[in-house]
Amino acid sequence: MSVRADTMTSRRGAEAHRPLLAVLHEWVVTVDHKRLGVMYVVSGLVFLVVAGLEASAMRLQLAWSGLHVVPPGTFNQLFTMHGTTMVFLVGIPIVFGFGNYLVPLMIGARDLAFPRLNAFGFWIFLFGGLLLHFSFLGGEGLYGGGAAPAIGWFAYAPLTERAFTPGNATDYWNLALLVAGVGTVATAVNMVTTIFTMRGPGMTLGRMPVFVWEIATISWLTLIILPPLTAAQIMLLLDRFLGAHFFDTQAGASAVMWQHFFWFFGHPEVYILMLPGFGFASEIIPVFSRKVLFGYATLVAASAGIGLVGMSTWAHHMFVVGMGSTLNAAFAASTMLVAVPTGVKIFNWLGTMYGGKIRFGTPMLFCCAFLFQFLCAGLTGIMLSVAPFNWQLSDSYFVVAHFHFVLIGALLFTIFAAIYYWFPKVTGRMLSERLGRWHFWLFVIGFNTTFLTMHVPGMLGMPRRIYSYPADRGWEIWNLVVTLGLPLQIIGILIFVINIVISLRRGTPAGDDPWDAWTLEWATTSPPPVYNFEVVPVVSSRRPLWDLKHPDDPDGPHE
Amino acid sequence: MRRLTCRLLLVATTVAIFSTSPATAGDNGVVQTPSIFTPASTPAFAIRELALIVFGITGVIFAVVAGLTVYALMRFRRRRGDDGREPPQVYGSRQIELAWTVVPILIVVVLFLVTARYIFAIERRAQLPEALEVTIVGHQWWWEIRYPKLGIVTANELHVPVSDPARPTPTFITLQSADVIHSFWIPQLAGKMDVIPNKTNRIWIDPQKAGGYVGQCAEYCGLQHAGMLLIVAVQTKEDFAKWVAQQQAPARIDAEVRAGRELFSSLSCINCHAVRGTSANGVFGPDLTHLMSRRTIGAGVIQNTPENIRSWIDDPASLKPGALMPAMKLSRDDLDKVTAYLLALR
Repeated sequence: MSVRADTMTSRRGAEAHRPLLAVLHEWVVTVDHKRLGVMYVVSGLVFLVVAGLEASAMRLQLAWSGLHVVPPGTFNQLFTMHGTTMVFLVGIPIVFGFGNYLVPLMIGARDLAFPRLNAFGFWIFLFGGLLLHFSFLGGEGLYGGGAAPAIGWFAYAPLTERAFTPGNATDYWNLALLVAGVGTVATAVNMVTTIFTMRGPGMTLGRMPVFVWEIATISWLTLIILPPLTAAQIMLLLDRFLGAHFFDTQAGASAVMWQHFFWFFGHPEVYILMLPGFGFASEIIPVFSRKVLFGYATLVAASAGIGLVGMSTWAHHMFVVGMGSTLNAAFAASTMLVAVPTGVKIFNWLGTMYGGKIRFGTPMLFCCAFLFQFLCAGLTGIMLSVAPFNWQLSDSYFVVAHFHFVLIGALLFTIFAAIYYWFPKVTGRMLSERLGRWHFWLFVIGFNTTFLTMHVPGMLGMPRRIYSYPADRGWEIWNLVVTLGLPLQIIGILIFVINIVISLRRGTPAGDDPWDAWTLEWATTSPPPVYNFEVVPVVSSRRPLWDLKHPDDPDGPHE
Repeated sequence: MRRLTCRLLLVATTVAIFSTSPATAGDNGVVQTPSIFTPASTPAFAIRELALIVFGITGVIFAVVAGLTVYALMRFRRRRGDDGREPPQVYGSRQIELAWTVVPILIVVVLFLVTARYIFAIERRAQLPEALEVTIVGHQWWWEIRYPKLGIVTANELHVPVSDPARPTPTFITLQSADVIHSFWIPQLAGKMDVIPNKTNRIWIDPQKAGGYVGQCAEYCGLQHAGMLLIVAVQTKEDFAKWVAQQQAPARIDAEVRAGRELFSSLSCINCHAVRGTSANGVFGPDLTHLMSRRTIGAGVIQNTPENIRSWIDDPASLKPGALMPAMKLSRDDLDKVTAYLLALR
C-alpha cells in the first residue's frame, strides 16, 4: 500500500515539473477515454457553475414582486441560456463523461472502440457549448435582435421565426445545439460499439454492472431520438435563412409540429440524463450497504422498459395544446406506465439496503437524499400525468419545481455521489469526508428550501418564465423563501470546489479499492494506467472483486 | 472570497427589494390569489376534485415508501463494534419483485380510469344553445376579446354572466392567436388552454360566483410574456346585460374633446386602434371604443387612470418595456388633447 502511494507521489512530482504547455498539449491531443471522460465532466461542471449563476440572477429578480435586478429581455435570455446549458452542456457531458471514464474499466476493455472519434466528440461538444455562449457577444446580428437567445430552452415555433426573433441570437441556439448534438451522437455510437463488442473475457451482457447497462440504454435512446431534433433544427435553419415555411404559421404551417419533433426528443432526453443517475445509485448503494444489488435482472429490465415506454410519452408535454381527449388519454396512460418500472427500481434499492450494514459515507449520503427526492419527483410526475390536473399545473412553477426535483434532486445528487465515489479512482486521492458532509447538508437543505417551496406558487397560479409578477397575487412570500434557499446551495457548491482543490493536492492516498467495492475498475491502480489493466481480468460473475475477496462463496452460483 | 460573494449577494438583494416598481401593480379591486384550490367554475371544481384524489393516492405511496426507506436506513445502519463481516447476500426474490411490479400496475390502471373519466367529462361537454360565445385572440402582449353574436370587441377584460348551477349559462371560448403561441389560464375557472396560431382551440367556463378572477398568459410568448394579464369579471345577469348594452353603444361623440378626436384620427393611432363609428379601424392594437370602461391598460400592467393613459401615449415602453406600440412623440399640448379624447371614451 505505502509502496504504491510512494510511486504515485513521485510520478505526480515528475508531472508537476514538466512545463505547463507540455501538460496542456498532452490533454488536448489525448485520445485516452479516461482523460476525455475527465474533460467531459469538468467542462460539464464549469457549465453548471455558469448556469447556476444565471439561475441566481433570476432568483434575485423574482425574490419579491416588481424588482429590477435584471431587465425583462435579459431575464428571458437568462432562462433560455440556463435551461439550454443545464440540459445540453451540463447533464449530457457529465453522464457521458462518466460513461467514457467508467465503461471500458467496468467491462475490462483497454479503451473505447473509436478513441479518435471519442476525442472528436468531446471537442465538437465543447465548441458547440462555447458557440452558444459566444452569442452573449455576437448575437446582435444585423438587426439588433438582442444578444443571447430568448426563446426558452424548447424554442417553440413560431417565436423562433425571423418575424418574431430577428437578429442572430436564435441562430446561435440552433447551430450550437446542432454542433453539440454531433458530439453526442458520436459518443453514443462509441458506447454502443464498445459495450457490445469489446467486453473482457467472461464479461457476458448479463454480468455487466448496472451502470454499463444504463449507458447502453441511453446510447441507443440517443441514436433514436436525437435525429428528429436535428431534423427539426435543420428545418428551422431553412426557415430562417432560405425562407422555407416549415414552422412559419403566417404561411400556413403548424406550430404544434415543432412541439412533436422537440418533445419526441425532449422527453426521452430526460431519461438519457436520469438513467445514468440510476446507474450511479445502483453501483453505490450496494457497496455502502455491503449487499449485492437486489434483483439485478428486474432492474436492468426496468431500465430498458423506461427507455422503451419513455419514447411513447412525449406529448404529455402538450396536454394543453388541444390535442383532443383521445390523445390526451393515451398519453396520460403511457406516462403513468413509466411509473411502474421506475417504482420497481426504487424498491430494488430498498431491497438492497434491507438487511445490509449501511455505511454513511458522503457518496451514500447523496444517494439517500436522492432516494427521497426522486420519490417526490416521481410522485409529482404522476400528478402531472393526470391530464386535467396537468391543465392547471403545466407551465406553472409547479412544473419547474417538479423537473428540478428530477434533474437536481435526483440527477445532480447522484452525480455528486458519483464524484465522491470515483474521485479516488480518477485521482488516486480521497475527497475530504468532513467537507463532503458540509457540502451535503448545505445542499440538501438549500435544495429543499428552494424547490419544495417552489411547488406552492405554481398551485397558486404563478406561470413560469415571467420576469416579474403583480404584488397582489400572494406569491411574494413563497418566492422569497425559494430565493432564500439559494445562498445555502451556493455555499455548498463552493465547499465542493474547495474540497476538490484541496484533495487534489493533499487528499489521503486512496489505494486501489478504498470503498471495498466489487466492480472491475477497483481492480486496477488509482489512477489507472493508460492501458487500464496490466492483464485483462477474467470475469465469472457480476461482482468479480467479491469473488476475489470471498473465494469460499463466489457470486456465480447465485446468479 | 466566500465572504465577498455573500456580501455581494446581500447588497444585490437589498437594492432589489427596495427598488419596487409600480409597473406591475395589479387591480386591487378584484384580485384574489388565483389558487387552483379555490375554484369557482365546473372545470376547475372537477380538477380540484381529481387533484385531491391524486394527492390521496400519491400521499399514501409517499408515506409507505419513505417510511420503508427511513426504516431501512435506521435499522440497517452499521452499528458501532460491528464485527466487519459481510451481511447475508440476498440476490433477489421472484415473488417479492413480482408483487412490487403488479401493485403499481394496479394503481396505474385505477388512476388512468379516473383520469380518462375526467378528461372526457371536461373536454366533451356539449355546447348549450343558451351559452355565451366569446372569441379570444392572443396578441403580443394583450388579449383581444370578441363577442361575435353581440357585436362587442374589447380587450384584456372578459365579462361573463354568472352561471346558476341549476340552470347553467356557460361561456364557450374560442381561442386563436394573431402571432405566436400564448396560453389562456384563469386558474379558478378552468385549466389552461394554449392559444395557437393556425389552430382553433375551445374551452368553457361556468363561473358560479360573481366577482373578479385573474390570470395571465401561461406560454412564453416573447419579451412581455409577464405583462400579459387578464381579468375575468363575472357579473350578475342584470349587470352583465347592462355592460353589454353599454359596450354595444357607439363611441361617445363629445364636443368638448373635438380637437383631440381630430388629432387622434390624423395620427397613426388609427392604423392600429379602432374606435367604432369613426375612421379609426385598426386591428393591430386593442379596440378603444369604450376604453374607459376597463380597469387597467397595457394588458393589466397598470391601472386605467388619466395620468397612466397620458404616460402610456407618451411612451408605452416606460410602463411596459418592449410593448409594440411606439412612443408617439407628441407635443405636451397634443398629448393633453389626445388624452382628453381617450378619457371621454367611456
